[in-house]
Amino acid sequence: MDTDQYLEMFLEESKEHLQACNEQLLELEKNPDDLGIVNEIFRAAHTLKGMSATMGYEDIANLTHKMENVLDAIRNSKISVTSEILDVVFESSETLEEMVIDIEEGGTGKKDVGSLVTMLNQIEAGKSPTAAAEQASEEKAVHSQPEGLVYDDFEQTVITQSIDQGFHAYELTVTLRDDCLLKAARVFMVFEILEKAGEIIKTSPTVEHLENEEFDNRFTVVLVTKEDAGDLQSKIQKVSELEKADIQPVQFQSASRETAAAAEAVVTPEASKDGAVEENEPAQPADKKKAGKAEASPKRSGASHSANKTIRVNIDRLDVLMNLFEELVIDRGRLQSIAAELQNSELNETTERMTRISGDLQNIILNMRMVPVETVFNRFPKMVRQLARDLDKKINLEIIGAETELDRTVIDEIGDPLVHLIRNAVDHGVESPAERRSKGKPEEGTVTLRAYHSGNHVFIELEDDGAGVNRERVLKKAIERGIVTEDAADTLTDKQVAELILSSGFSTAEKLTDVSGRGVGLDVVKSTIESLGGHISIDSKEGEGSLFQVQLPLTLSIISVMLVEMQKEVFAVPLSSIIETAIIHRDDILNAHNQRVIDFRGKIVPLVDLREIFHTGLPEEEEDYKSVVIVRKGENLAALVVDSFIGQQEIVLKSLGNYLQSVFALSGATILGNGQVALIVDCNALIK
Amino acid sequence: MTAGTENKMMKTIVFQLLDKEYAIEVDVVQSIEKLLLMTITRIPGVPDYVKGVINLRGMVTPIVDLRVRFDLPETGYDDNTRIIIVNLEDYDVGLIVDNANDVIDIPAGALESQPEVVGSVESEFVAGVAKIDKRLLVMLNLDHVLKPIRNGNSDDN
Repeated sequence: MDTDQYLEMFLEESKEHLQACNEQLLELEKNPDDLGIVNEIFRAAHTLKGMSATMGYEDIANLTHKMENVLDAIRNSKISVTSEILDVVFESSETLEEMVIDIEEGGTGKKDVGSLVTMLNQIEAGKSPTAAAEQASEEKAVHSQPEGLVYDDFEQTVITQSIDQGFHAYELTVTLRDDCLLKAARVFMVFEILEKAGEIIKTSPTVEHLENEEFDNRFTVVLVTKEDAGDLQSKIQKVSELEKADIQPVQFQSASRETAAAAEAVVTPEASKDGAVEENEPAQPADKKKAGKAEASPKRSGASHSANKTIRVNIDRLDVLMNLFEELVIDRGRLQSIAAELQNSELNETTERMTRISGDLQNIILNMRMVPVETVFNRFPKMVRQLARDLDKKINLEIIGAETELDRTVIDEIGDPLVHLIRNAVDHGVESPAERRSKGKPEEGTVTLRAYHSGNHVFIELEDDGAGVNRERVLKKAIERGIVTEDAADTLTDKQVAELILSSGFSTAEKLTDVSGRGVGLDVVKSTIESLGGHISIDSKEGEGSLFQVQLPLTLSIISVMLVEMQKEVFAVPLSSIIETAIIHRDDILNAHNQRVIDFRGKIVPLVDLREIFHTGLPEEEEDYKSVVIVRKGENLAALVVDSFIGQQEIVLKSLGNYLQSVFALSGATILGNGQVALIVDCNALIK
Repeated sequence: MTAGTENKMMKTIVFQLLDKEYAIEVDVVQSIEKLLLMTITRIPGVPDYVKGVINLRGMVTPIVDLRVRFDLPETGYDDNTRIIIVNLEDYDVGLIVDNANDVIDIPAGALESQPEVVGSVESEFVAGVAKIDKRLLVMLNLDHVLKPIRNGNSDDN
């Protein structure tokens, strides 16, 4: 079977299911008695098993199958959740992840799962047969529920009336094959046939659940139609991947309604939250009435008003859209400058309107590319759990603001630096339980990962209540490594000392561990973040913990800049690094040890003449008044001298391409309204 | 260089620098632009043969003056001066040439390794020479002519 065309879908979905598995496993660890969670994991594992078996990845199918058995045993209370069991399940899901990634990278997805399978088998075998029987039967009751459909008064009326008018009413139970790949699609095909034949009165589970594939393998549909059962059955069986389709005339169990409800009431506490929703069939009278009354048009859509409708769009298409829009932004600029020249009121009006609309469009397109940081954060809980185990520490990871959104380009890059930071916090920050006890702290350390928006930036903060930065030790090391001189060391503030650990060639852990501290790490974090146009800072109190703050731009593709002119050449300075602009007199310039400086609001700021740096040539006579742009990199400032300011503008960031790699003090280029290219100044390179 | 047995033709774009004719494969050429219609933005801190960047229909494209690259005397640009935009594997670059007005098929067998001396062009830039009728065409090795510029600023040296 040619499965290539499904590969992408398979990868995508398996990752989702594995992620769900992981999240639920962590949840289960906290609430080991909640069988609802087990059900969730079971469902994810089950789907994964089906998919991988279809795709021919037997090792994955094999492992998930065993995992499923164990989960089933837990679900049926044959075994209870212990941390040993969870460890094995965790490990299994990790192995599964590795295999999926292997497939994604073009591998075969094969891996030796023998030892894990044996372990899972052992767990499964260690069941205690007592007390299981009852609950198992109860479980069965829940799962066989769809067969005994319960009709409310309205439905009964509709069905009775239809039968009076010569229609047949059938209960149709469709069972999909275990390895069915696209359950929702099959459901849809069945529905399509049924809607042609007659009117759907009721489904179990509800249509919404069916569309979201939130059902095992079987669903029941109640239909009034003029066709007879045999025809209908043969039509439906043409849909592939169906196991079987049973048709039975509707038989009211109206009398049993109360008893059924009572039975459910008994079952519900045991059953999963989800199960309860699915089986209890929350009444949807409005939809049903619509479906019943509007005979001409089948109102299936009435029931499918799921809250969030989404489609998956290939990211390449979004990139193409973005590129096209960038072109539009450039032309918009061009149009604006033409309109300003021509002074035609109608043209002005139209241009203004277009500017407004394209502004809205820009927001929408940028928003479409926004991804919640959750996609990066969601792998951390498992990582921290594993690290804490390896290091024998107790750590609670709190995640706040995972829904904060960032441009996809930033998201792609931010993962690794965050991993570094978290590893650092877990390894170097949080102390061992014994040490914490002796310091009078709770044994369990807390690491908080926080994300939030502020202005045009997104902040990601990592806070731990660990040891903090030890000034003495950091300084000693920094002096040893020649990062600072002994004289300078005394004058540094605590914050400056803390920031030393971000400089290259630094590692304070006395003994190197597996987890972090190979001398690379934090400086890599720093340079990655700076290459993204971001900024990282540390706040630390010895003995109380540290706070790493990462500031990132919302988007990398359209930025605000200040255009400046130097000898007829136009350059763009990113607004994000500008503090302010000023005009200074020649006499205000001081000379300090080969370096011209100015006194800017009580701070000594070095003066950098951009015209010298960029060889634009200087004006023939030195001007009395100089225009300067005060820029910053972290805490450090610099005053850039230019000829004149042109103004502020939104521009589209373009790279200089791979031919010109690493040009000094330039971070890219943009195209101005007049079609000319302007270069973007990289302020970070100009400040030491 | 072994002479190919089959009569395979290689389509090339021929351009002039000073009094010599050069050829590059047509496959790598994206377009040919008139230089005088373009505005070149100078880039500070790069070798002098990189004249700057242009806006090529929304793409920022670097421009290399082949005369300077080959250490030939520079003259001003005129109406005939062309920019040949070539697509290499990782990047696009525009080449400033004196004139570009011919497309010639070169039989694969006609390409010979270069003689010891081919004018002043450094030998690593030349992939071979072909003699077609009375014309001598120098095939360029663009990967060498257009090596990426790294740390092009003088401060790093």
